Amino acid sequence: MISVITAVIYLILAPLVGGLIAGIDRKLTARMQGRVGPPLLQPFYDVAKLCEKEDVTVTESQNFYILAYIVFMAVTGALFFAGGDLLLVIFAFTLAHVFIVLGAYAAYSPYSYIGAERELIILMAYEPMIILTAVGMYLVTGSFYVSDIAVSEMPVIMYLPGVFVGFLTILTIKLRKSPFDISTSHHGHQELVKGLTTEFSGSTLAKIEVAHWYETVVLLGIVYLFFGFNPLLALVVIAITYVLEIFVDNTFSRMKWQWTMKEGWGVALTFGFINLVILYYFPLGV
Amino acid sequence: MAYLKKSPWLIHYNASSCNGCDIELLACLTPLYDVERFGIINTGNPKHADIFVIAGSVNDLNREVVLNIYNQMPDPKVVVAIGICACSGGVFAQCYNLSGGVDQVIPVDVYVPGCAARPESIIDGIVKSLGILEEKKEKMNKKEVSA
Repeated sequence: MISVITAVIYLILAPLVGGLIAGIDRKLTARMQGRVGPPLLQPFYDVAKLCEKEDVTVTESQNFYILAYIVFMAVTGALFFAGGDLLLVIFAFTLAHVFIVLGAYAAYSPYSYIGAERELIILMAYEPMIILTAVGMYLVTGSFYVSDIAVSEMPVIMYLPGVFVGFLTILTIKLRKSPFDISTSHHGHQELVKGLTTEFSGSTLAKIEVAHWYETVVLLGIVYLFFGFNPLLALVVIAITYVLEIFVDNTFSRMKWQWTMKEGWGVALTFGFINLVILYYFPLGV
Repeated sequence: MAYLKKSPWLIHYNASSCNGCDIELLACLTPLYDVERFGIINTGNPKHADIFVIAGSVNDLNREVVLNIYNQMPDPKVVVAIGICACSGGVFAQCYNLSGGVDQVIPVDVYVPGCAARPESIIDGIVKSLGILEEKKEKMNKKEVSA
């Protein structure tokens, strides 16, 4: 059931795919703003440059936390693409974010402090919905294992439209897109100086960037699970989803953290929970 | 080792400038000039920046701030002085509270004169500074080898 090969492929390819997605993101964003935009490979140039810079770490422990962050983010994806337990994937995913929050707290700077606090708020805001997503998939396919869900013949999306809408909302939170980029912004370098990542520089910042690429691939992988019955459709939906996210990013301004909280729990309660209740009281013939 | 040139991030500081040069620098980021084509991002965080773009001649109050920003930037780094005030103090050179040019406080690598400096000349100055950035990186490597 657990496939090591796909996990290894993920570990090697995910940074490349994630970096390319980030490059397309920046290019599309620029076009939406009427600019030419950077080259497609710009995110790779950025990371390569950061590795050339001097190391100016003040608090040594912060580098350890960031190392743990990227390791657990890679583990999350490896578990996911190996076809592991979705609940374990979510647990590792949360753990990774706990480490980046600890890293920001360790840095001892007011900007990274506020960034870390806001990241905790973001964690609280998206966590209910991501767990409801896993529960919903279990109710439809009868398994928590990604390997079973991905090859399930059930058209998951037909039974979980509400959960999908909820997941798209928290996807915006997780990809650090406006209006939810309160802890650190994805493109512009303006929120709270750079919020969570203010005190990181050089190769440590590069690690955060690569970890974010790993994260993007996992999140888009969860979108795939909704359309596992038709891989081609799934890829098309992933592309549409991401373009939609970029559109939302460029349309909205940044909101207060209270709004992120209300939105995250609001969609989890209305779309996610009601969807699950309906599914529970009108069981499928599985 | 040419990645420094491909992704220069800059931090912008107004050291008692009249805002004229600041507006011109920010104009470089607009769709008309779009310096992100060259991977240039305006960071606002010294720890992420490679190029320190500074406008205005430094006065007694913000001398400490300028030094602080400069010291927080990780090597290799370059300083670009934008506008005649930053280059030499300009018409304010004799003022009692001004240091008369940024180079009196921190080492400046590229001078971009003008009042206010045109966006074209600012971009030209920043592109020139990329070459210096590369040189500094090579010097850094040599130091590491000899040490």
